[in-house]
Amino acid sequence: MSFWKTLKVAWEGLMMNKVRSFLTTLGVIIGVAAVIMMLAISAGAEADIADQINALGANLIMVMSSMQRMGPGMGGSSASLTYSDLPVIRDNIKGINGVSAEQNTSQDVKGGGTTLSDIAIVGTTSGFVDVHGYEVAQGRFVTDQDNDRANKVAVLGYDVAQELFGDTNPVGQSVTLGTVKCTIVGVMEEKGVVGTTDYDNRIYVPITLVFKKFVNSRFGGTNLRVVYVSAESKEVMDDVMSQLNTLLMQILDTDASAPGFTMTTQDSIIDMRASTTETFRNLLSWVAAVSLVVGGIGIMNIMLVSVTERTREIGLRQALGARPRDVQLQFLMEAVVLSLLGGLVGIIAGVGGSWLFNEFGSMRTVLVTTSIPLSFGAAAAVGIFFGYYPATQAAKLDPIVALRHE
Amino acid sequence: MMNDTLIEVHGLTKVYGKGTIAVEALRGIDAAVQKGEFVAIMGPSGSGKSTLMNILGCLDRPTDGSYILDGEDVSRLSKNELARVRNRKIGFIFQSYNLLPRLDAIKNVMLPLLYNGENGKSEAEHRQQATAALELVGLGERMHHKPNELSGGQQQRVAIARALINDPAIILADEPTGNLDTRSAEDIMQILHQLHTNGATIVMVTHELDIAEHAERVIYLRDGEIISDKEHASRIAHLHNGDKR
Repeated sequence: MSFWKTLKVAWEGLMMNKVRSFLTTLGVIIGVAAVIMMLAISAGAEADIADQINALGANLIMVMSSMQRMGPGMGGSSASLTYSDLPVIRDNIKGINGVSAEQNTSQDVKGGGTTLSDIAIVGTTSGFVDVHGYEVAQGRFVTDQDNDRANKVAVLGYDVAQELFGDTNPVGQSVTLGTVKCTIVGVMEEKGVVGTTDYDNRIYVPITLVFKKFVNSRFGGTNLRVVYVSAESKEVMDDVMSQLNTLLMQILDTDASAPGFTMTTQDSIIDMRASTTETFRNLLSWVAAVSLVVGGIGIMNIMLVSVTERTREIGLRQALGARPRDVQLQFLMEAVVLSLLGGLVGIIAGVGGSWLFNEFGSMRTVLVTTSIPLSFGAAAAVGIFFGYYPATQAAKLDPIVALRHE
Repeated sequence: MMNDTLIEVHGLTKVYGKGTIAVEALRGIDAAVQKGEFVAIMGPSGSGKSTLMNILGCLDRPTDGSYILDGEDVSRLSKNELARVRNRKIGFIFQSYNLLPRLDAIKNVMLPLLYNGENGKSEAEHRQQATAALELVGLGERMHHKPNELSGGQQQRVAIARALINDPAIILADEPTGNLDTRSAEDIMQILHQLHTNGATIVMVTHELDIAEHAERVIYLRDGEIISDKEHASRIAHLHNGDKR
């Protein structure tokens, strides 16, 4: 019997019970859709992580003060890095691109006759552009001099500049952050949203200005919570870190038992996030695999019912010349057609579902193209695996007994 | 004359079960059927006529003895080879028609062609063949009716057309009129009679004497043995009536 004839006979068999066939494929549909969506969701999570890493800048080391300063009186001189330590780090550590620190606040912004509410104000240092690989489009960035004197200067993000001043050049004009009137000294290039950070919708000012005007000194004073150090390359990371370790303990006057700071590299963040995603993905893969197996059991169940129901038909076909192999192939084909149809519909549902999630859901999804042939193949395998037993049972029937079956 | 012998069985036995519970359904059957003969097999229930029919139809293999069908010893063939023999050489007619309810008449008739891979004919030729077969049994007008839209007699005629489709060496009919009213039964017998006149070899199992009267020769079985052969139905009425009691 030819492939097409077998397929045709199998199709006729399935069309005998349309609703039942559809319900049987539902298990596979859900399984395949699950595989595709799960992979799309975890790929989306990975893409988010990659973006966040880019947002941090390349080969970044973060130095965090590990001592919580609760306020005056609780170790006022205790180990914490301040703005004045940054030049020391920059000048004494070899193999780095830059050092910067950030202190953020959020203020209403007035300028060019327009008011924008709740704009992120990033207090930072001259090293910021080196650390983040970010360029100034017009004018200049915050300088060390600005920080030394806590100058009232501001560098606008691209979108902020557009919204406040449109096409006119904002450099030299003034902008009011909260109650502080600053002179605009520069506008950044367009960078867009990276990770969760909208670079273009921020204003950059000297970190000392933020400490002086916006942050209540009781909650941190001039102490830096995080210092970003950007190494020249991945290879020098370890060396830079050991240099930092020594230098910072000198600055802070601490020792290895309680250094007063911790260092984190983006690698360790990547590793941590990656292992979380991997756990997540493994879990999802298992869920998807289990639902495929459940779908397969559904197929096997219905095929066994079908073989019993159609015992007489099997007997007749055998009497008319069907070999055991022909009977086996017919039922195997039915199971495979069921699972492949389920696979096809499942792919459509999975791709559509991933898209819907991305567009209207809170989760980012990235369709993994290999998941389509993968899940389709898995569906075919499920059909063959779970169809084999019922098909073999059908082929084993004795034509005399089968013909007499009521 | 050997060329004209279509079926030849020697010492055919069939034993079901083993040891003390063994039942001998056939105890050494010797018989031959010539080409073009119309033979009826009769006998009370339990006489072994169904078993004989199953073996003749290559649905079952004998425990012992030989069975030569159309010059080929089929008594020791494998399951796959038996399937081929059934497909090419035997046309079955069953008491309960055994049509597939989801297929229309012409598709039912074409069913055996599905398993006849090497005939090299196209789908169109198959349809032509099936149409011709249905016309032969007088159902040219109802080719696209499904079994539930046909009367019992019509369904059995579809089954006859199906039996003829592979141009078999022999037609085996198992109680072909068992489920039919007298009138339809008469129609069916007319068709079988016509086929016989045109040269077909027919072996038919029946328990009705008036149906057996259509055959030229009756083989009468009792307890797995032939007790009468080569007689016309009218002359075995005493056997039949005796067994009925």
